[in-house]
Amino acid sequence: MNPANYVVLAAILFSLGAIGVLVRRNAIIVFMSVELMLNAANLAFVAFARMNGNLDGQVVAFFVMVVAAAEVVVGLAIIVTIFRTRKSASVDEPNLLKY
Amino acid sequence: MTEPGIFSLLWVLIALPLAGAAILLFGGRRTDRWGPYLGVLTVCTSAVIGVLMLLGLMALPAEERSITQTVYSWIAVGSLQVDFALQLDQLSMVFVLLITIVGALIHIYSLGYMAHDPDRRKFFGYLNLFVAAMLLLVLANNYLLLYVGWEGVGLASYLLIGFWQYKPSAAAAAKKAFIINRVGDVGLSLAIMLIFVTFGSVTFGEVFGQVGEASEGTLTAIGLLLLLAAAGKSAQFPLQAWLLDAMEGPTPVSALIHAATMVTAGVYLIVRSHVIFDAAVWAATAVVVVGLITIFMGAIIGSAKDDIKKSLAGSTMSQIGYMVFAAGLGPIGYIFAIFHLLTHGVFKAGLFLGAGSVMHGMNDDVNMRRYGTLKGLMVITFVTFMAGYLAIIGIPPFAGFWSKDEIIHAAFERNALIGVATILAAGITGFYMTRMIAMTFFGKARWEEGVHPHESPKVMTIPLIILAIGSTLLGMALLFWGNIESWLEPVTGFASEPTPFPTWVYIVVTLIVVIIGAIIGWVMYARRPVPIEAPRGSWLTRAARKDLYGDAVNDALVVRPSFALSKALTIFDARGVDGFVNGLAGSVGAISGRLRRTQTGFARSYALSMVGGALLVALALVLVQS
Amino acid sequence: MTFPWLTVLGVVPLMGSIVVALLPKSRGTLAKQVALAFSLVTLAGTVAMSLKFDGSSSQPFQFVENYPWIPSFGISYSVGVDGIGLVLVALAATLVPFVILAGWNDVDDSRGSVKGYFSLILVLETLMIGVFSATDLFLFYVFFEAMLIPVYFMIGRYGGPQRSYAAVKFLVYSLVGGLFMLAALVGLYVVSAQEFGSGTFNYAALVGLDMDPNVQKMLFLGFFIAFAIKAPLWPFHTWLPDAAGASKAGTSVLLIGVLDKVGTFGMIRYLLPIFPAASDFYAPVVIGLALIGIFYGAYLALTQNDMRRLFAYSSMSHFGFIALGIFVFTSQGMTGSVVYMVAHGLSTAALFLTAGYLMSRHTGSSLISDYGGVNKVAPVLAGFFLIAALSSLALPGMVSFVGEFLVLLGAFEVNIWIGAVATLGIVITAAYVLRVYQRTMTGPASPDVTGMRDLNGREITALVPIAALIIVLGLFPSPLTNVITPAGDLMLAVSDHMPDIDMAQGGGK
Repeated sequence: MNPANYVVLAAILFSLGAIGVLVRRNAIIVFMSVELMLNAANLAFVAFARMNGNLDGQVVAFFVMVVAAAEVVVGLAIIVTIFRTRKSASVDEPNLLKY
Repeated sequence: MTEPGIFSLLWVLIALPLAGAAILLFGGRRTDRWGPYLGVLTVCTSAVIGVLMLLGLMALPAEERSITQTVYSWIAVGSLQVDFALQLDQLSMVFVLLITIVGALIHIYSLGYMAHDPDRRKFFGYLNLFVAAMLLLVLANNYLLLYVGWEGVGLASYLLIGFWQYKPSAAAAAKKAFIINRVGDVGLSLAIMLIFVTFGSVTFGEVFGQVGEASEGTLTAIGLLLLLAAAGKSAQFPLQAWLLDAMEGPTPVSALIHAATMVTAGVYLIVRSHVIFDAAVWAATAVVVVGLITIFMGAIIGSAKDDIKKSLAGSTMSQIGYMVFAAGLGPIGYIFAIFHLLTHGVFKAGLFLGAGSVMHGMNDDVNMRRYGTLKGLMVITFVTFMAGYLAIIGIPPFAGFWSKDEIIHAAFERNALIGVATILAAGITGFYMTRMIAMTFFGKARWEEGVHPHESPKVMTIPLIILAIGSTLLGMALLFWGNIESWLEPVTGFASEPTPFPTWVYIVVTLIVVIIGAIIGWVMYARRPVPIEAPRGSWLTRAARKDLYGDAVNDALVVRPSFALSKALTIFDARGVDGFVNGLAGSVGAISGRLRRTQTGFARSYALSMVGGALLVALALVLVQS
Repeated sequence: MTFPWLTVLGVVPLMGSIVVALLPKSRGTLAKQVALAFSLVTLAGTVAMSLKFDGSSSQPFQFVENYPWIPSFGISYSVGVDGIGLVLVALAATLVPFVILAGWNDVDDSRGSVKGYFSLILVLETLMIGVFSATDLFLFYVFFEAMLIPVYFMIGRYGGPQRSYAAVKFLVYSLVGGLFMLAALVGLYVVSAQEFGSGTFNYAALVGLDMDPNVQKMLFLGFFIAFAIKAPLWPFHTWLPDAAGASKAGTSVLLIGVLDKVGTFGMIRYLLPIFPAASDFYAPVVIGLALIGIFYGAYLALTQNDMRRLFAYSSMSHFGFIALGIFVFTSQGMTGSVVYMVAHGLSTAALFLTAGYLMSRHTGSSLISDYGGVNKVAPVLAGFFLIAALSSLALPGMVSFVGEFLVLLGAFEVNIWIGAVATLGIVITAAYVLRVYQRTMTGPASPDVTGMRDLNGREITALVPIAALIIVLGLFPSPLTNVITPAGDLMLAVSDHMPDIDMAQGGGK
């Protein structure tokens, strides 16, 4: 099977994730969309690794997974804390962090 | 030449007073009790070593009377090789004796004069420091080491002028002396650099050996720079303004540093560098002119001051003017410059110490208008002061007669006009010195209330007596018994030129002029009553009371413009340089204040801008690729 | 493998700083004692190393260590000292213990912690030793920038009322300079990559670089701006008076006495040998800035009423002399500059520490007009102040005179007028230095100072070694000049100003 197809799939997944981040308000959904983008990138890495015939891309994918896991831990903790204080998971509401 | 016998102790000569100074100054209050005696002891020991060295030198044949002792290599950088090396020859020998013997007498005198001063330990420490530095100055075998001594005596002078630091006037005078001397130091620094660049060495012997190879322009420049240095240290015009203020120091200091030794360092420098001046006629002429101007300035100031020490200081300026003048005359004058320097060192020290003794009895009042008729109350002081008086105005057979007469004669050998000028100045000397003794020892008592004049203790009068004997005999002793001309000739050279009249004519004319001056002084200040409040006086008197506007000129030309420039630069620095920097920072702040507005706080708008940015980058990559 | 002297010397204070930082906050005194002990060990080590230094060696650098760090970018951890680096390392190691001792009671727990201040001093010592001994430009850059951090906190947390303004100003100025240097460093790397095939930051390799003069001029400017800000030359100086005016005496000593020397050190070590053509090209400009700085600083010092700002301006004037000595390209000027750096470090230390003592006795004010007649009540304090002042005006017999005279002589040899003009500066120096002494120490004791106690044993102990060094090195400067001159001549030789020696043959004459 043509590895390029995987790359196309990765691009589609990434775009879906990006749109999700931009249009959805619920923090959990946004978060899931981010994960989608990360995994799209992983898919691309693995595909490229396959195309180039070396393991660099695979290794980076592992890095990304670790970082994603760490990000989930921190991010979810923040979301849960915000939800507890504000009773809402909307990303538009906490906008105090501005000029 | 190696250093046989006694001469191996050359460094000890300096080390002794230096160690004394270190012990007294760093030892703190522990040394309060015995410190002053230690200070006297070190200088006296140096004096004894000095005398032994004189005997040693006299035992040597004339051409071997130059001993060099290299202590260690001081600065060695590339082609600049300067040793810490001392050189004893006939010229430095006489200075060593002057410094240590007069220094020792003044140390002893200070035991009495400073007996009640709580800080006298420091005083002796500073005096020891001075003696060490002055010995280094005259014993150094190169210009750079001489510079160390030169600044060392400047430092000691600074410390001692400002010894009574709690008096703002003393502190200001000390600072002024140092700064004006620093101007002279610029001359010495530049002279040393120019010497090094021209000759590749700063050692006296090597420099003088190559003088013939240098151009006259260079030598003239070196000579003028050395003259600037000498003018600073020896209070010659135009750097004379500090000496009168320097009288704020304790009187023994005025005697030792500001009359007998340090202020003559300029003369030493010129005579030591005579090879350069011999080859640079214009520089030598400048020396004569500076000397001549100062002779008159000093004499005029000395005639107008009512403060006994300041009057003596004016006289010192004038007498050093004679020496500088003589040194500028060339080989016909060098020896007599040194000769006068030696006799002056002794009689002026005696006069200052006498003045100190008078002040001691008058509750430290220096105003001669509040003195009068002290001759019966302070017999020893009076008699010794009279010896100094007769010496300075040049009455035979007192010391000053021989030396000053030789200078006047040398002046006539060069040029009748300057000869006449020196005779005239000798007349003014007769006037102001007579004025001084008339106001102090004769006339009516004009004392402040509660003053009980009394003779000083023995520890003060004995040095006075010794110095008075010196003032009386030293001239004859040096000229006839010591044979100063042939003693110094190997170092300084000697020449004599014919004069139109026989020698005795000049002597008689000089004596007549001096006596006329003295009679005028006597009539004005002993015959007529001296008012306690100074009369307004002529314009010349008023100018002389203001030191001939020396301070006013310095103020207007240097001090005030400097401070104005400083203030202006301070404003420029704050508004201009720093203002620019802060303006830059401010504008960055303003721009960032605008840019801040784009941070709306909506997370999704940030995400949108990120996606937009990423798309732009991607687009750019695609465009570049294709 | 020889003993890694420089690394050990750098690590000891770092360990000390960690130990001090880990102590409980309540044990302030213990923290000071530990800090002092570590700094003394470092000093002892430095003395031992200096004794082992071979002044006549033909090797340009001694105590060399070399370990790869980021080999793919040609970056290595490589250290070593020549005579110039050695005396500056020694200067840093000498001053730190006495700064700690003198600043014993300077900080309390009211702001930041006691241990924090002393911990920062020790970190700074590590970085100072590192910056003077690095022989890899990237390593040098890292130390150069890292030094800002402890100093920023020392000013910003422990300083006076203006501390945060001063700290930020210092930081921003230095970072701007550092940025220029970073850009030039990257440029240098690229040039070396073009010439050698792979880029390197190795000093010896970069010295041998054959660079186009126009490229040199660009890169020279990048480094020069960083160095001119650090050793403030006019007009990059305005951070210095603010920083000095807002920091503790100890901070000022380390900042002006040692840290700023990195600027002039960098000029000698990096500008001259790596950019010889550009150094020639810019020499008139630098000499011009140096001359302006000499007089500008001196004149500003003349009417300053704040002692610490005054000393800062006077330092600016002194840095003018140092830069002048470097850029006249003579053996005397070069040696003089390095001796001047040491002398200035010592006299600055003495001046700031005595001023600090004075301030700690009277409400912390550094205004000259608040004092007067101190000599009457505290003669020992006044005595040390006078020694420091005389050292600052370069009295013959003190080490500063050796430096100043050599610099002036070096300038004079090249151009009589430059030398003559610079020499005039010594008059103004005397005027402002003695003015401070007169205003603060002499005259009748002002009501503010009556009852002021004199120095105690600890305070005297901190000053005596500095004063002793000032005088002893002035009378016997050969230990300094013997190691500096060969290194300085080598720097001149590799920058084609002294054709008789070259790097490959080493520095022995």
